[in-house]
Amino acid sequence: MTASDVSQEVVTQATGKIDAPVTESWRSRRRQRRAEAAAERLSKPAASTIAIVIAVLWSIPTLGLFVTSFRTVEDIQSSGWWTAITNPLFSQYNYQAALVDSGLASNFVNSFVITLPAVLIPITLALLAAYAFAWIPFRGRNTLFVAVFALQIVPIQVTLVPLLTLYVDAGVAGSFWTVWLSHSMFALPLAIFLLHNFMKDVPPSLVEAARMDGAGHVTIFFKVLFPLLVPAIAAFGVFQFLWVWNDLLVALTFASNDATPLTAAVADLAGTRGNAWYLLSAGAFITMVVPLVVFISLQRFFVRGLLAGSVKG
Amino acid sequence: MSTRSRKSSRAAVAAGLGAVVALAGCASQEEAGVSSGGSTAGAEVASSEIDCSQFEQFGDVDGSEVEVYTTIVDPESQSFIDAFGPFEECTGISVNYNGSRQFEAQLPVRVNAGNAPDIAFLPQPGLLAQMVATGQVAEPAQAVVDNVDEYWSEDWKNYGTVDGTFYAPPLGANVKSFVWYSPSAFAEAGYEVPETWDDMLALSDQIVADHPDSKPWCAGIGSGEATGWPATDFLEDVVLHQQGPDVYDQWVAHEIPFNDPQIAESLAQAGGILKNPDYVNGGLGDVRSIASTEFQDAGLPILDGQCWMHRQASFYQANWPAGTDVSEDGDVFAFPTPVINEEVGSAIVGGGEFVAAFNDDPATQAVQYWLSTGDWANLKAQASQPGWFSANLELDPSNLQSPIDQLAVEQLQDPEATFRFDASDLMPAQVGADAEWQQLTDWIASDQSDQQTLDNIEAAWPQ
Repeated sequence: MTASDVSQEVVTQATGKIDAPVTESWRSRRRQRRAEAAAERLSKPAASTIAIVIAVLWSIPTLGLFVTSFRTVEDIQSSGWWTAITNPLFSQYNYQAALVDSGLASNFVNSFVITLPAVLIPITLALLAAYAFAWIPFRGRNTLFVAVFALQIVPIQVTLVPLLTLYVDAGVAGSFWTVWLSHSMFALPLAIFLLHNFMKDVPPSLVEAARMDGAGHVTIFFKVLFPLLVPAIAAFGVFQFLWVWNDLLVALTFASNDATPLTAAVADLAGTRGNAWYLLSAGAFITMVVPLVVFISLQRFFVRGLLAGSVKG
Repeated sequence: MSTRSRKSSRAAVAAGLGAVVALAGCASQEEAGVSSGGSTAGAEVASSEIDCSQFEQFGDVDGSEVEVYTTIVDPESQSFIDAFGPFEECTGISVNYNGSRQFEAQLPVRVNAGNAPDIAFLPQPGLLAQMVATGQVAEPAQAVVDNVDEYWSEDWKNYGTVDGTFYAPPLGANVKSFVWYSPSAFAEAGYEVPETWDDMLALSDQIVADHPDSKPWCAGIGSGEATGWPATDFLEDVVLHQQGPDVYDQWVAHEIPFNDPQIAESLAQAGGILKNPDYVNGGLGDVRSIASTEFQDAGLPILDGQCWMHRQASFYQANWPAGTDVSEDGDVFAFPTPVINEEVGSAIVGGGEFVAAFNDDPATQAVQYWLSTGDWANLKAQASQPGWFSANLELDPSNLQSPIDQLAVEQLQDPEATFRFDASDLMPAQVGADAEWQQLTDWIASDQSDQQTLDNIEAAWPQ
């Protein structure tokens, strides 16, 4: 059991005792029954078979891409990847050409330089904002929260030209700063909303108890709420990481020539008239590796994050 | 699943992978198609001497930076960078070359946001008109205009002109009126390169009779989201050769409708090849396979002898596999689209880029001037791999490495030949880059009638 699990347990117990014991226990019993029923249905052989078939079908294109990325130029152009099973001939040349000759290696570094701050900045800001919305009563709190929430529906495409104009006027266009700033802006509404939902889930009694003990906002935030929020932060972090890493539009619009991330470089990889399209499978795999690792290692947070925005029950 | 079985299945997967790797052949460099070392021409060009005094008219521009924004990316971009070498040496300007395939989407965003590049290579006149409409394109210096008057034909200057004002000197060019064939196969079978369209059809019939196991033509119009563009080139080529430049210009300007009977006649002429099951699709399938074949692959059956002719632009030479002899008596070569209408004579459908400046700084003007000189065209030709040439009359064809590029330049420099820009690039995007692509794809893929196809494209023309 991890530390956060322990505190989660504490919360559940506390909730059961102080808040509304009857409804909560009834709810949790219902939830448990439902989970058991679902687990039973899912573990049936038929369900497992279907799940495996779907998993295999879904993985075949990726496998094909992977095999193709190691095939020779001529083979890629003349036959399908499955023929490699009977006639295996592989080379690492596509990767060499993509990484070294086309310089994807430096774009790989750029992708990290762009992604890490673009994940950390919105999480930091959103945590503070979500705390304020959840636990600091002030005039117009709900209106402001709805306003922030509503910003989610603004499509980022309509903001591109005005935003770039602002950057040009401010004289910062073309640096990493603009990419970080843009990603942070686009991420904040969802980040605030998600983290606010998580924070609201923490029983008020816990916060009130801390306040009784003389804790200020800072202490409450770091000592009480933050440990409980680690899964939520990780969930949103994964979200944001994948979004920024895979982003092409923001990078194309705001990143200057020497700050282009992998996605933009892969888009140019095939050459002016697309003659070198055989490099794309290797380029795609280089781009995929990091999100795959992040997703697989943090997938339980990802699923939790997906559910956080939905109806609870 | 218990821990133990999970472990054992992992081991099985690992063992399986190991076996695959052990069994798999490893391609040698040659098998992998690795081209042996790039040309060293670039480095030589970058240090060659030019007359520096020609830049004195722009004053002291030492230390300035000029951004050149283009559609041309690596590896084709390297020769551009190399050809700026002597210019940078002379003037002290440093040119920042910035290529992106998303250029056409990004340029309007940058211009509207006030972040325009200093210089942009616009791949089509339509985009030039759109940029001029933003009011941010600067007129070139008089020296640039003089160069263009001297070194380019009137046809080319017109395409750099918007509403009577000349804005953008031409840069590179490509020629789309080519039919690729195999000179060695033609020689073996005793075939002659056809001079007229009728000769070409007669030759096709001859091939059908002589070689029942191959087809005279192969074609492919697949190109991702731009699927259909090779078919528009085919139609444009026929319209220009059959109806002449005047009808072509009226067609582009929508002075005659897209479904005009003259255009219908040309579409039928094109369909006589593209939709004739006896003629297509050598080595690739039936008529419908034209729609599903990627244009890059469509000419390759010529090398296997399964197909004899393939109509595609000069830049198709990059698609032949490494080691293919592209020359007048080699594995593959191209002949100009033959004459259909004697009154029109020889004509060329082609494309090219135009150099637009977004400010009138002396450094920007100096770069624009340099790109319009014959010196630049020749240096660029020497630095380039096959596949680049210009319509600059100063360009010496012997500086080009590839025979097909030399042939194309001779065509462009021929005072008798009419040049017209690719019509679909000149038409509104809703037509030239959308409806025409889709409808011509349907014309082939679902056997849509000529009239229906043209009517549908006409309906898409913005009012």
